[in-house]
Amino acid sequence: MTIDTARTTTAGDTTAAWQGFTPGPWCDEIDLRDFIQRNYTPYTGDDSFLAGPTERTTGVWAKLSAMFPAERERGVYDVDPHTPAGITAHGPGYIDEDAELVVGLQTDAPLKRAIMPNGGWRMVEGALKTYGYPVDENLRKVFTEYRKTHNQGVFDVYPPAVRAARSSHIITGLPDAYGRGRIIGDYRRVALYGVDALVAAKKVDKLGLDVQPFGESVAREREEHAEQIRALGELKEMAASYGYDISGPATTAREAVQWLYFGYLAAVKEQNGAAMSLGRTSTFLDVFIERDLAAGRLTEPEAQEIVDDFVIKLRIVRFLRTPEYDALFSGDPTWVTETIGGMGEDGRPLVTKNSFRFLQTLYNLGPAPEPNMTVFWSPRLPRGFKDFCAKVSIDTSAVQYESDEQIRPAWGDDAAIACCVSPMAVGKQMQFFGARVNLAKALLYAINGGKDEVTGKQVSPAFPAVAPGLPLDYDDVRARFDRTMDWLAETYVEALNCIHWSHDKYAYERLEMALHDRDVLRTMACGIAGLSVAADSLSAIRYATVIPVADERGIVVDYETDGDWPAYGNDDDRVDAIAVELVESFMAKIRSHKMYRDAVPTQSVLTITSNVVYGKATGNTPDGRRAGEPFSPGANPMNGRDTHGMLASALSVAKLPYDQAQDGISLTNTVVPSGLGRTREEQVANLAGLLDASVGSGGYHMNVNVLVRETLEDAMEHPEKYPQLTIRVSGYAVNFVRLTREQQLDVLSRTFHGGL
Amino acid sequence: MTAGPALLDAPSRRRAGAGLRGIETLDPTDVGRSERLALMRSGELGSVHSWELVTAVDGPGTRLTVFLSGCPLRCLYCHNPDTLAMKDGEPVLAEDLLARVARYRGIFDATGGGLTLSGGEVLMQPAFAARVLRGAKELGVHTTLDTSGFLGANATDAMLDDTGLVLLDIKAGDEETYRRVTGRSLAPTLRFGRRLAERGVKVWVRFVLVPGLTDDSANVAAVARHAADIEAVRPGTVERVEVLPFHQMARDKWAGLGRAYELDDTEPPSAEATEVVRDVFRAHGLTTY
Repeated sequence: MTIDTARTTTAGDTTAAWQGFTPGPWCDEIDLRDFIQRNYTPYTGDDSFLAGPTERTTGVWAKLSAMFPAERERGVYDVDPHTPAGITAHGPGYIDEDAELVVGLQTDAPLKRAIMPNGGWRMVEGALKTYGYPVDENLRKVFTEYRKTHNQGVFDVYPPAVRAARSSHIITGLPDAYGRGRIIGDYRRVALYGVDALVAAKKVDKLGLDVQPFGESVAREREEHAEQIRALGELKEMAASYGYDISGPATTAREAVQWLYFGYLAAVKEQNGAAMSLGRTSTFLDVFIERDLAAGRLTEPEAQEIVDDFVIKLRIVRFLRTPEYDALFSGDPTWVTETIGGMGEDGRPLVTKNSFRFLQTLYNLGPAPEPNMTVFWSPRLPRGFKDFCAKVSIDTSAVQYESDEQIRPAWGDDAAIACCVSPMAVGKQMQFFGARVNLAKALLYAINGGKDEVTGKQVSPAFPAVAPGLPLDYDDVRARFDRTMDWLAETYVEALNCIHWSHDKYAYERLEMALHDRDVLRTMACGIAGLSVAADSLSAIRYATVIPVADERGIVVDYETDGDWPAYGNDDDRVDAIAVELVESFMAKIRSHKMYRDAVPTQSVLTITSNVVYGKATGNTPDGRRAGEPFSPGANPMNGRDTHGMLASALSVAKLPYDQAQDGISLTNTVVPSGLGRTREEQVANLAGLLDASVGSGGYHMNVNVLVRETLEDAMEHPEKYPQLTIRVSGYAVNFVRLTREQQLDVLSRTFHGGL
Repeated sequence: MTAGPALLDAPSRRRAGAGLRGIETLDPTDVGRSERLALMRSGELGSVHSWELVTAVDGPGTRLTVFLSGCPLRCLYCHNPDTLAMKDGEPVLAEDLLARVARYRGIFDATGGGLTLSGGEVLMQPAFAARVLRGAKELGVHTTLDTSGFLGANATDAMLDDTGLVLLDIKAGDEETYRRVTGRSLAPTLRFGRRLAERGVKVWVRFVLVPGLTDDSANVAAVARHAADIEAVRPGTVERVEVLPFHQMARDKWAGLGRAYELDDTEPPSAEATEVVRDVFRAHGLTTY
């Protein structure tokens, strides 16, 4: 992919814009990694250089903050019910036009949400009715009679087996009525090359497709490229409406942030993806900041101010969703995930001063769940950065950590997280988001011969149920479970293939994909929930005596357990091996199926916060968990069963093999500050040490909350006092006061590891 | 007081509960009582209550804290009353425990942590403790001994040489209060403290502040003097003092064990009162938290 055409048309501008940068292959083809590697300045110092908020920053943030209570109260601040969203659908909008350094809003006013009907009309209509906005009759007609949506497309192709699995909640959260998200456009490309060069490169790609003879995949790609080129044109147009010509590269740090943000803004104007992640931008932007600092065009407080203003924008990305959707995902998350830090393949840390500046926004603006600050942790990171991360975690609970030692070998050193824990090489890889299956419920199907323990319906293929009253035999149950998982994997992959076929057709992410290479690695990101419940149940069956109890329908609905059994979460290999084996076995089953667009199958052990919802839909389990009780989140052990300390718990989770769960393994921990040490220095050193130990032991992810229980209790009673209280849940952060009461109680009931 | 064999009490049953997940325990039906006692005398077998990986509570960094069963004291505020009887522990071979220590070497390196033996009273099982401390030291692991010091005479010099740090719990400042709190005498603890300083073993002094029991200002002043006296033997010995506010988290344990608990109605001390006590120690030039 060359951009020679672009260079000839805008050669003069480009040369000027790239003045001072070390040239390399990135000059001749789109290669962000090469640009970064040749031009970034690793920073190994501490946080003492950082600047606080300026009056301007504080003023803009205060203006928005004054609007948040009304938004929290009503669920939305405002909605435009008449204009289907698009890159150029709305005119320019501002928070405070004169004060903003980085401009651009999703609609023409802050916090005003747009409707995005391409995913599905029902979601739009449901949301409008919930929040008391009129439903535009013309639009209803367009999106139900004239224009097919993704949602309709999926249901046209779902086979009955998928529908049955879906309605019995054994496969849930599927992106069949909303945008799949989890695609990261490489928004940096807009800043480095300018839109014209990107269009030129896409045109060259398209020429390559035009000369290939017709085939369904060729035609699809040609159409997609045409859409991508159109979207880039609209991006330019949208920027122009704000008074910016982004046809060429950014020439200053502020422009680089602005150009990059326009790219991202175009994506969130058009797509209501479940996760709209930003990528790995801070170190890239540092190159522009360093250049301006060196030239005396910028001071540190000014650099911080630009980053602060950018982050303000990222904090107010909003989508119109239904309360049911919010219940599933806790609050109103957008997963504007920004990946920070990590090590380069050459051994230099990818930490720059701008890595610090991004985290500093949590002080300058106060804690917030978005953007989802994600640090790639390696024991080899510079001490100063490790300590600053630990400090920010202790003060704000707004940082999550992923293992750079797992991600770099798998996906390279220019990978970023989409959503919570899903890594991908930026601009070179995308995923087909697949929500997850309920493994605990599948175990109950195995015991009941394929009948649902709640409804009594036959959902998976029938086989004889276990004999009630007789102790369960581990080998027998495991064999049944295996059979059920065969069916589950097959049905699940079928569902995902249908969904993504339809999504590509009816809700294609043209702008995000325009910021990708032509040849993209696609993963089919499957997922499992209820792993700890399933592992503990099998452990109970194996190490204690578990007698199934049937009801009048002859369905096993409860279990009597006699004896002690090892519980997952105590670094006890006897049961941890069961969890490992389940992960491996389900992944192997997934792999045996054909994937849409030859995607590479992966899986996650992640529930987001739907652990509450999945638990609700699942009957009593052999581990003693009662019907309806929440599952543990992600790969966490069940609440209260991990009795040997937080690190022992993390070590159990660290045994789950990343190569069998390449979409990520989520672990959330909450500690009280005094559990980290007597002094601030001790707390910082101990938290950094724990992260080193966890990553060093093969751990993939750690959400760290440093909180006092009383704070959460008080926040439940007096939400108005804690508008910014942020807590980490499975893979992302939420505003605690925006959770449902049920979710708040679930968070509270989870183990507070007093000491770690 | 002589070293401990006479005090040994072989654990006789496997304890139901989560205490020892992941560490092998000896099946009492395989090894008879007399054989178990012989193994205990030689230090190969111990009576262990539980283990945990903890941070910032039992010494520096993240530590494997192993709670041994059996204690000669009967502290009114005991927060581990389930570790009082040696016979209630689980039989664990030193080599199995050391296998777990070895497993966590990487974690100790990463966090600046190590092994802490706690209890119960570790020095009820001096042979086992010595064997484990030696083994840990051979693995290059930092070792900590959490003790009341009452059985300090049970610790051989060789054992102290294998101990990187002692958390010395001075439960009261005068004989009368000490006896009221623990049922035993204070003098052995103070002797042990001086001995630690003489041998160059680092010490963190701990004092549990219990309103109505140990918070009398004369008592606090006496404990602070004792800590300062240990420091005076060899300056630099007492690296820190930890004043631990009494808490009620053990109330359920006492109830569960069906034991009479005298402190049912005692409230934890206020943060201010705790700071006042810390200042008494600080006045002696001791680093106090």
